[in-house]
Amino acid sequence: MLLGPSLAVSAILFTLGVVGVLLRRNAIVIFMCIELMLNAVNLTFIALSQQLGLDGQVFVFFVMTVAAAEAAVGLAIVIAVYRHKDTVNLQRINLLRG
Amino acid sequence: MLLLDLDRGWGLLRAMAPETLLTLWALALLLDAAWHHRDSGAQRRAGWLALAGLALSAAATVWLWASGAAPAGLSTTIALDRFRYAVDLIVLVAAALAVLLSVEYLDREQLRIPEYHALLLLATVGMMLLAGGEDLFVLFLGLELMSVSVYVLAGLDRRSPASAEAALKYFLLGAFASAFLLYGIALLYGATGSTKLQIIARQIGPLGLLTHPMLLAGLALLLIGFGFKIAAVPFHMWTPDVYDGAPTPVTGFMATAVKAAAFAALIRVLLEAFSDVHALWGPVIWWLAAVTMVVGNLVALAQRSVKRMLAYSSIAHAGYLLTALVADSMAGAAAFLFYLLFYTLMTMGAFAILALKGRGGERDVMVDDLAGLGEAHPWLALAMAVCMLSLLGFPGTAGFIGKWYVLVAATGAGYPGLAAILVVTSVISAGYYLPVVMAMYMKPQAHERAHAGVLVPRIAGATLAVMVAALLVFGVWPNRVLDAARAGSHAFIPRAMTAAVTPLPPAGAP
Repeated sequence: MLLGPSLAVSAILFTLGVVGVLLRRNAIVIFMCIELMLNAVNLTFIALSQQLGLDGQVFVFFVMTVAAAEAAVGLAIVIAVYRHKDTVNLQRINLLRG
Repeated sequence: MLLLDLDRGWGLLRAMAPETLLTLWALALLLDAAWHHRDSGAQRRAGWLALAGLALSAAATVWLWASGAAPAGLSTTIALDRFRYAVDLIVLVAAALAVLLSVEYLDREQLRIPEYHALLLLATVGMMLLAGGEDLFVLFLGLELMSVSVYVLAGLDRRSPASAEAALKYFLLGAFASAFLLYGIALLYGATGSTKLQIIARQIGPLGLLTHPMLLAGLALLLIGFGFKIAAVPFHMWTPDVYDGAPTPVTGFMATAVKAAAFAALIRVLLEAFSDVHALWGPVIWWLAAVTMVVGNLVALAQRSVKRMLAYSSIAHAGYLLTALVADSMAGAAAFLFYLLFYTLMTMGAFAILALKGRGGERDVMVDDLAGLGEAHPWLALAMAVCMLSLLGFPGTAGFIGKWYVLVAATGAGYPGLAAILVVTSVISAGYYLPVVMAMYMKPQAHERAHAGVLVPRIAGATLAVMVAALLVFGVWPNRVLDAARAGSHAFIPRAMTAAVTPLPPAGAP
């Protein structure tokens, strides 16, 4: 039921997240876009679990836990950077110098 | 022969003994750090305790290997094969080296980080899960456990802006890559109805999924995610900056153990679940390997800072390891294990020497700063020269034998073009490894006391001596390690053959 549309929505959300990561320059906004990507994946899992059984729904819990752990560490790192640079704008932090 | 039923708690616990022991040990260490963290003596003691934990876990791994443990039925959670044990041992060695090299480093740089060793152990647990995971979800959890710990380790030096910046870059790109990987897992789950590697392998043929768009997209996303983690070329942009900013023992750990574990997971996924569809991913890995070798080596030529040069060198070596993977054969897996061990030793050694030479993150050590080191510190210079020559693949060092077996695997599997690229780029790499040797031995010291600040502390010195000796000894007598690597590669072939011959009835298929 509604498998195709759900998968399409999650693909669109995931793409929006990717585009956001690539275009935005604020570390916090980039992190929000990454969370959007993870939640798009969660939607995929839930949509698939309609047909494939409960596994997909269990995975979602794992993904949420992992995302929470990542958020804790990531925001701490953002604060550490802010203390040094007084900004979380990646252009000033010189990301991807290559 | 020990049959373990992985669906029961007791069997699973024994199958995961190395990981379980190390996890408990890391948690105990964390508790200990909560009470004893005031003086540097406590930090040293934590280091020794961490070593003991790693040794315990290694003992459990060897016990599993020696007891010939095998799963009763399909192993759907964790592998019980020699590939897992071999990679586990390599990762444990890398972690032990990182502990040994950082004991005095943390003292010297006055870094008081009580949780350092616990994080290192937890990252190692994640790597061991990556090496053994038989379920894409176990792999994902292992990857995250490893990555989140290493994000913190990269930002260890709170006083250094470069370290914080490195942690941020690593975190953002690492999380980005994890999201790709996870979406890949979700799509593969959707296409095959399972996240278990062996069931995926059995589903692809019978269900006619070869050209299923969901499977193709899932595999592509999975490769992108792993590409970031192993720093293969289109996805390598973060590597130099992160390696440059992180404290040097951590950089060594990231360049060796993290890469080893991610590679092991990639190999397991591709050879176990997707061996039948080699035609799909073979060309992709071929191009990744070729581009990684060419770009990594060429850009390394332009680097003046030793640390950034080593970062690009590690990218180039990812290309050599990918070459072993393209072969999709037992010889390839053996060459991979063999090369991985020596890559770990030589890269760790090079970073360790850099840590002895520099101060405050070692970002400002240029190749020319090593001028005259051969005169001032002959043993240190000798160790650096051996590491550089081994990275270059000079005959007589372990790096040569490693590259030789990668070449044999690539040509044996019918990829002479890739082997040729490997040889040519190895020659190019002389252009940045040899100047280091030349600077140390053929140039005079910049001034009288250019190397006066270089002290070789006892533990780091002894560790370095053992590593260099191993590189030289195994460069001449590689047979024992080679046999172990061959044993490790046996994990893949029988299963790939049985998978092709006897497709299981679809379990939990859509």
